[in-house]
Amino acid sequence: MKPSKRILGAVAAVAALSLMAGCGGGGSTGSSDESSGASGGQVYYLSFKPEQDAAWQAVAAQYTEQTGTPVRIVTAAQGTYEQTLKAEMAKSDAPTLFQINGPVGGAVWKDYALDLSDTDFYNALLDKSMAVEMDGNVIGVPYVVEGYGIIYNQAIMDKYFATSGAKAASVDEINTFAKLKEVTDDMQAKKDELGIKGVFAATSMKPGDAWRWDTHLANLPIFYEYRDNNVTDMAEVSFKYNKEYQQIFDLYLTNSTIDPKLTPSKAVTDSMAEFALGEAAMVQNGNWAWGQVADVAGNTVTEENIKMMPIYIGVDGEEKQSIAVGTENFFSVNSKASEADQQASIDFVNWLITSDAGKSAMVNDLGFIPPFSTFSATEQPADPLAKQVVAYMGNTDLYNVAWNFTTFPSKDFKNSFADALTQYAVGNLEWSQVVEVFVTEWAAEKQG
Amino acid sequence: MIKSLRRLALVFTGPTIIAFAIAFAVPFLVGLYLSFCEFTTVTNATWVGFDNYVRAFSPRERFLSSLGFTALVTAIAVLTVNLFAFTVAYLLTRKLRGTNFFRTVFFMPNLIGGIVLGYTWQTIINAVLVQYQTTLISDAKYGFIGLVLLLNWQMIGYMMIIYIAGLQNVPGELIEAAAIDGADKWQTLRHVTIPMVMPSITICLFLTLSSSFKLFDANLALTNGAPMRQTEMVALNIVNTFFTRVGVEGVGQAKAMVFFLLVSGLAFLQLRATRRQEVEQ
Repeated sequence: MKPSKRILGAVAAVAALSLMAGCGGGGSTGSSDESSGASGGQVYYLSFKPEQDAAWQAVAAQYTEQTGTPVRIVTAAQGTYEQTLKAEMAKSDAPTLFQINGPVGGAVWKDYALDLSDTDFYNALLDKSMAVEMDGNVIGVPYVVEGYGIIYNQAIMDKYFATSGAKAASVDEINTFAKLKEVTDDMQAKKDELGIKGVFAATSMKPGDAWRWDTHLANLPIFYEYRDNNVTDMAEVSFKYNKEYQQIFDLYLTNSTIDPKLTPSKAVTDSMAEFALGEAAMVQNGNWAWGQVADVAGNTVTEENIKMMPIYIGVDGEEKQSIAVGTENFFSVNSKASEADQQASIDFVNWLITSDAGKSAMVNDLGFIPPFSTFSATEQPADPLAKQVVAYMGNTDLYNVAWNFTTFPSKDFKNSFADALTQYAVGNLEWSQVVEVFVTEWAAEKQG
Repeated sequence: MIKSLRRLALVFTGPTIIAFAIAFAVPFLVGLYLSFCEFTTVTNATWVGFDNYVRAFSPRERFLSSLGFTALVTAIAVLTVNLFAFTVAYLLTRKLRGTNFFRTVFFMPNLIGGIVLGYTWQTIINAVLVQYQTTLISDAKYGFIGLVLLLNWQMIGYMMIIYIAGLQNVPGELIEAAAIDGADKWQTLRHVTIPMVMPSITICLFLTLSSSFKLFDANLALTNGAPMRQTEMVALNIVNTFFTRVGVEGVGQAKAMVFFLLVSGLAFLQLRATRRQEVEQ
């Protein structure tokens, strides 16, 4: 009896220990808590993108090695950043460095965000208007810019331009919605000749995968509505450019690889795979998509053939419109953390944008297009779509479409709009009902 | 003896009480408090009184409509799951070849988590509907049927095991006596077997009722409320209120409180009603 009891006890002890270890070690990088850095503070960054977790962990280890300041990086699971942050912020060991997604996130977290107007990284911003300000405080500083537009496959386009009766001779001629429609309609008619299933990759309307339409595409009419009113946010909108939205959305649906009725079964990865396999010539997405395209098995799109053009929706003067460049990633420092931890977090970000190691990590490992003056023209990411974005940013003939979707009322608003769009796509809703959802949900969700 | 035991009462019950307090009582009380507050993180809240409860019932919150949908799914699922589970259990307690094999097969789906099931069924149903040029989320009735199908598939196995245990405990002499008295198969089932397995029916009804009422994971994975929130069940509605919107955390918490009262009230009533049907052996 005795030995078996002892074994049982040992097993129980081991189980209990491993449980405790499991709790304590969850997500930590193993940076020891005893060896605090020179300033005595430490950094705990709650990161946003799961795909960048490994890169961030490496950066953190490197920083700790160089300065002795412990840096802990925890990454929230895909699409759960806000809820993870809400939970983590309630702990005594809260993140010292976190991120907000723009003015809307800023309004939620303003009580927790330190004024960053005196920091070096704020002063190094190329465009200070990009920072999130609230009540006179700078509470969020962008650390990356991104751009989106219509990504196209140059090889398929060239094949089309060579066909008889092509509606354009080069992509440069496409600079209005009318031209885009003319060309893509013709391409759709010649899809067998071009060896594609459709011009535009599937309009992914699967729940949770509709952000290209409920956020990115919806940004354009809102951008123009704000511009007409000369404001940067509105409590109520009229969705003035809804006809323009409808016509580009219809274009995506009709000149597509699939029947509009099947769009609710498609995810973004499906669309990107179609593009990568050469089944579609165009897909609306941003510079982050290169990884997705390159990783698809059987990818036929080469680096020099992947290009991006602006999304034309049919607004007057859009010949001068560029792609949409902006960000929804802003660093904020936890104002409720200890001063030493706040300083450590600020030092960490400063190191990221000034030291050679930090800059290299930002550009090469994390693949960021940095919005800071400390980066030279050569210190930019190497991937082909990021290069396109940088080129568009440098083109002063064109006006940039700002990322006004950071002022969209809430995720719930986007979900409601996406649901309505889906029902419109499959033919269950009239367009006027979609517009009504957009306008009423906007006003209601803005009230909070 | 009793006295010394009483003295030691805290030693024996203490660990359980502490665990219960940490895992249930304290969070529950904090939650109750928060339902009267406006807050972003749970440690920093301001009192607003009954505002949250008033807002929770406004039509815009879709709380009542999701409650209606949940009630519908639950009603159908409780009926079908128990009917099928009992039928399968009844068949598998006959003297058939390979009953053990079939019991295992029917129980297997229960071992798969709701999220995986949700995505799997989504793919299956979409693959069928694509023949008709439509998808799962084109129409709320597909989502409804999908949820009921999924619940059946997932829960029948577990309920079947409980029914089998109940059926095997029906004394053979009672069945025999019924047969001698000239009762046919249907009469035996109706007047001997079912009253004898009433405890199993109680448990199964209770389990199916509460788990379909609280269903979250499968709902999230299968339709996520689409189309237009028409297939959003209460649990999903609460989570969406809390996590996808700005400044309405308190309303979400108030909904959760109402939901708690409903589930516990329903389960209590149901338990009392079926308890009365049970027969002492």
